[in-house]
Amino acid sequence: MSIRRQAFVAGAYEHPGRELPDASLAQIHAEVARGALADAGLEPSDVDAYFCAGDAPGFGGVSLADYLGLRLSYIDTTEAGGASYLCHIGHAAAAIAAGKCRVALVTLGGKPRTGGAPPGGSMADTSAPEAPFETPYGLTPAAMYALAAQRHMYEFGTTSEQLAEIKVTASQHARHNPNAFLPTPVTVEEVLDSPMVSDPLHRLDCCIITDGGGAVVVVSPEIARDLPRRSVAVLGHGEAVKHLDNGRIDLTYTAAAWSGSRAFAEAGVSPHDIDYASIYDSFTITVLLTLEDLGFCEKGKGGEFVADGNLRAPHGRLPFNTDGGGLCNNHPSNRGGMTKVIEAVRQLRGEAAAEVQVPDCQLALAHGTGGSLGSRMGSATLILGREDA
Amino acid sequence: MNGQSDLPMAGPPASLDAAPYWQAAREGRLVLPRCTSCNVVIWYPREMCPDCWSRDLEWFEASGDGLVYSYTRNRRGVGAYRAAGTYLLAYVELAEGPRVLTNIVGQGTADIRIGSAVRAVLQPADESALLRFRPA
Repeated sequence: MSIRRQAFVAGAYEHPGRELPDASLAQIHAEVARGALADAGLEPSDVDAYFCAGDAPGFGGVSLADYLGLRLSYIDTTEAGGASYLCHIGHAAAAIAAGKCRVALVTLGGKPRTGGAPPGGSMADTSAPEAPFETPYGLTPAAMYALAAQRHMYEFGTTSEQLAEIKVTASQHARHNPNAFLPTPVTVEEVLDSPMVSDPLHRLDCCIITDGGGAVVVVSPEIARDLPRRSVAVLGHGEAVKHLDNGRIDLTYTAAAWSGSRAFAEAGVSPHDIDYASIYDSFTITVLLTLEDLGFCEKGKGGEFVADGNLRAPHGRLPFNTDGGGLCNNHPSNRGGMTKVIEAVRQLRGEAAAEVQVPDCQLALAHGTGGSLGSRMGSATLILGREDA
Repeated sequence: MNGQSDLPMAGPPASLDAAPYWQAAREGRLVLPRCTSCNVVIWYPREMCPDCWSRDLEWFEASGDGLVYSYTRNRRGVGAYRAAGTYLLAYVELAEGPRVLTNIVGQGTADIRIGSAVRAVLQPADESALLRFRPA
């Protein structure tokens, strides 16, 4: 059974703030929920399914259902780091298709910037079975991603300049986003001159740390039909987990190789059909590996692909992260998957910034990878289509 | 370059299902589990084979030899590593097969590249031990 066109994203909302020292976590979740429901033209009392992840405080989804006063027939708190929200949307579509619910609310909220929660939080639990063999060695998120970048450079000749082009392109898109945390375009030289964090990754190869969040509302086709707002069809969804594989870990690819092919198969489309892509950008290397793994270019050719202007909106071969992404706009709660979906929804609705709106955008892809390219990760890919496509 | 020989020496809680590994490590020996059902060497050490789920394992002494699979010089350590300056985080591919996350320490770390030969250094630490490597 396929979920193709069995569910629609009817509401999407990104919190405009990037520093929220005076908001509680529950308040942030509530604010984005309010925004997404208003965007959909639905009421809180319409919600019968709720999805959130490790950023939800206390007893997670149950605590927030309490705070929000939700009455639920379905709850799912799948935790896959930044990819969680793409998992949630796929799960919501399947639940709707199975008749388990009709209006699914997905929320993300956090304040790592003003609340002092550095990246990698949910991976730092010392009771994890891998912990005694990893945590004593001074690993950090950036250092672990750097291990992947280093190996890719060794095997394929990928350069720091090529990685920098990813940040440069994102920054050129961010300049048109009034809410972007870093709206000023940068050059390749500026990226390479930024302080080295863990070689080969410089500071500007790394995503930003922002407070805030976002939410989406996923509904059944019947409900979507009756709403005044343009909604977006969920066409395909795929998930995958990649880990140490019993010590055989290969750092040159990610779980996107599996989640992507599953999503494309369900949607019945190919990479060359995609008009716009939101690619998880925790680091520049994440984007490069993901583009290869999703099939937009051959393994090892990611450097050439990103350096050829292919990612640049509006006319590049694959305009990407037109809000500026996690590299320049927003990476709330250290989890970038929700904002990836939200910009894809904007593109399909024709509501991205005019300078970066892809003309006649019919098919979009959103991809998230949570965890670490250097050890273990969860990935999810969504293929989304214009309502009438 | 500072800090290479001064990396934190906090030993992790020894995992309850890999006692042979931790006992040997405290004695300065690298001992690895091998599945007797499917013959694969297991990393990280645990009481079951992740490939075939057998719990019939044997524990054998490894050579301590390895090659660098990937490495990075981290300038931004956190916690106990904040004061360590720039240090090497790496994956070392053991001669026996597994790629293990570790630090490279000692003389000659400035010359470390992918493919460099290294040797295991097991250091008792608190109630357990740390597995690091030095250039061979």
